[in-house]
Amino acid sequence: MRFFTVLFAALIAALPAQAEVKIQEVVSPGGITAWLVEEPSIPFMALELRFRGGGSLDRTGKRGALNLMTGLLEEGAGELDSRGFARALEDLAASFGYDLGDDALSISAKFLTENRDEAVALLRSSIIDPSFSASDIERVRGQVMTGLRSDTTDPDDIAGKAFNAMAFGGHPYATSLSGTMDSVAALTRADLVVAHGDIFAKDRLYVGAVGDITPTELGVLLDQLLGELPETGGPQPKDAEVMIEGGVTVIEFETPQSVALFGHKGIGLDDPDYFPANVLNQVLGGGSFESRLMNEVREKRGLTYGVSSFLLPRDHAATYQGHVASANDRIGEAIAVIRDEWEKASDQGVTPDELRDAKTYITGAYPLRFDGNGPIARIMVGMQMIGLPIDYIATRNDKVDAVTLDDVKRVAGELLDADGLHFVVVGKPEGLTTGPLPE
Amino acid sequence: MTRMRAVLASLMLLSPVFAAAADDPVTTFVLDNGMQVVVVEDHRAPVVQHMLWYRAGSADEPKGASGVAHFLEHLLFKATDTLEAGEFSAVVAANGGNDNAFTSYDYTAYYQRIAAERLELMMGMESDRMRNIRLTLANIGTERDVIIEERNQRTENSASALFSEQMRAVQYHNHRYGVPVIGWMHEMETLDIEDALSFYEIYYSPNNAILVVSGDVTPEGVKELAEKYYGVIPANPNLPERLRTEEPPQTAERRVIFRDARVAQPYVSRSYLAQERDSGSQEDAAALTLLAEILGGGTTSYLTEKLQFDTQVAVYSSVYYRGTSLDDTTFNMIVVPAPGVTLQDAEDAMDAAVASFMTDGVDADQLARLKKQLRAQQIYARDNVDGIAQRYGSALTTGLTVADVQAWPDILQAVTAEDILAAAKNVITPETSVTGWLVKEEEQTQ
Repeated sequence: MRFFTVLFAALIAALPAQAEVKIQEVVSPGGITAWLVEEPSIPFMALELRFRGGGSLDRTGKRGALNLMTGLLEEGAGELDSRGFARALEDLAASFGYDLGDDALSISAKFLTENRDEAVALLRSSIIDPSFSASDIERVRGQVMTGLRSDTTDPDDIAGKAFNAMAFGGHPYATSLSGTMDSVAALTRADLVVAHGDIFAKDRLYVGAVGDITPTELGVLLDQLLGELPETGGPQPKDAEVMIEGGVTVIEFETPQSVALFGHKGIGLDDPDYFPANVLNQVLGGGSFESRLMNEVREKRGLTYGVSSFLLPRDHAATYQGHVASANDRIGEAIAVIRDEWEKASDQGVTPDELRDAKTYITGAYPLRFDGNGPIARIMVGMQMIGLPIDYIATRNDKVDAVTLDDVKRVAGELLDADGLHFVVVGKPEGLTTGPLPE
Repeated sequence: MTRMRAVLASLMLLSPVFAAAADDPVTTFVLDNGMQVVVVEDHRAPVVQHMLWYRAGSADEPKGASGVAHFLEHLLFKATDTLEAGEFSAVVAANGGNDNAFTSYDYTAYYQRIAAERLELMMGMESDRMRNIRLTLANIGTERDVIIEERNQRTENSASALFSEQMRAVQYHNHRYGVPVIGWMHEMETLDIEDALSFYEIYYSPNNAILVVSGDVTPEGVKELAEKYYGVIPANPNLPERLRTEEPPQTAERRVIFRDARVAQPYVSRSYLAQERDSGSQEDAAALTLLAEILGGGTTSYLTEKLQFDTQVAVYSSVYYRGTSLDDTTFNMIVVPAPGVTLQDAEDAMDAAVASFMTDGVDADQLARLKKQLRAQQIYARDNVDGIAQRYGSALTTGLTVADVQAWPDILQAVTAEDILAAAKNVITPETSVTGWLVKEEEQTQ
């Protein structure tokens, strides 16, 4: 034991490792802004595009339109049909990923220096000029419907849908961006064209680039790729009020292990207390093996394989949520333990040792995220979307280190509400029924 | 890259035990106690990944103790002579790192990702738990509950996971690959301290382990630390040869029908017993790897063309093969029928498509594109040295050598259209196959 303690103490002093990421802002001749990290050592680049609004831009009655539209972007564009597009992509040995979230549509592209111009031209056609041909619409619609059908018997999915429906009322966050069987079945090509026009516009675009490219080359690339986008797109959604109240909702489902999703109102990324809240969450249920929840629910009692809590700050609403899965006869105990821990942290905050360990973890783990061109491009786009300054990476750990014990205690008291937690339980939980939280 | 190659070149002059491939930032050497070490350099960020792989997985378990390899993996996070239960991960986290472990049929691996200057601390702790775990009955009881909940989460709660488990059990008559890595529930419930310790004593030793360190490290630096922490642990002279019960000839086509009320989307699954990558003889596996891509690797694949474009029988189809395996592996197909298409029709269409592929042969353009992509993957791979580390770890624990890993890209490039067709004829044989239907159990009306 002594050996490790000594070594441990010596090493603490040396923390944290700095992520050395030199970000430059590039503005193309056409006026498109991107953040760039030049990394010429490997002859390829990663390009991350994000369009704010995501699935929440769906028009009334057209739930799932953005999602179906996103699924069709790689299914034929310009002169190429679906398979022609796929063959061209294979021929370039490039990869394009299209992903829709509640707050953004993301495009993650990776291509070689040797055929960069061709790759950019192909990517451009998928964004600017997708075909949306009738047969492709039907094929991708069929795939979306298959996913929707599978979701109806996935306990986690059932729990998530119920929680969101209770939490977000009439806001798009209340329903799945994939839509429903009915809404997806009713979508027409015209709806997809509207969805395309709503999302692809310069006023909601964020760009990160990392790899073998100079600022001047990137400027030219941006104009070729995105210069034809219109200036503005569809209206952004309004902020949502988090309406969920304390209680239990049981959704009967024949399965041996119950799944519980729980949570209440959270805290926004722009809130000055976000850093203390993040430290608090690390101690309570954010850390993998050493969090209080893991320790109490898994390590001491063996009630679960995994329990976690997470801050979920989205563009239009913030929640503080958690997840646990336990056998039907043990989920009640797991929930009781989680509520106790919630209450304890709310009353007492965290200990000095926990604060120190959480800060060391959060600051030390930060550089681990910058592990490749794609991840760095994604981090840079995320920073831009929440309005962080370009030098944020160098200062971020100081903000974590500045969090005090009193900060965490105050924020814990304000944020954590053991009586306000709502547990959605999917399974055949013994001793739990829909209604108020058990005494 | 130039800088790294220069560093490696000077190293090789310095120390002839280092062996590095021309295009890889990879160096390998062996400690005196037989422990193999692989170093993958990337100096772009001050981060290291430290992985320790054991040549011991669920297929090495004794009969009746299924799940013990994975159970032991969990128990390695409990106490040792110098660390309290849970302290390992707590120390990693308190140093800003992440850690975890995973178990498969052929290996168990432990890893940490952390700031590069913490490598010594990781080696100190990882080498400690290679020999010094101290289990208590209380640890055993709660951790057994945890793995049972893990099985509930991964398998019992998922109809398709239960279905694949049944498919594998039927695929293998006599080999442990037919038993799930996590274990059968009834055997997991009986795992005890003796089961765990006996597996530990047999398999956890330096001559049965492979150290793979990737990131901002040098081979000399890793060697010095590895000798200090792992080099002092004596080899286990009683390490058994890795012999497993083998499959007899498979002579009967098999069918599995799995019914579950939770099935929302029925599908057809097919598996064939298939040749794995063998040391010094990876050509068949290379042909199967390309066959899987050509037959069912994506939008441009043959099956997708026949079942989703030329006809609308399926909403999804895929073929996959993983050759990195110590013993015979499987070659798999899956077809998810479109609404209104029966499982029988989907299965027939799949078989018809495969039969017509045998006649049509391999499309030369498709093969050329595939090879181009494989070449490009070697460029992209350099952006993810942890991925390279993963490939070495899984290869070296499944009977392959460093030379095999380094030869693999060229072997893939050398595969011809004829090789692929021959591989297809060889693997697609009804008598070694299992055909499975995942079916929705209709609820009984009262």
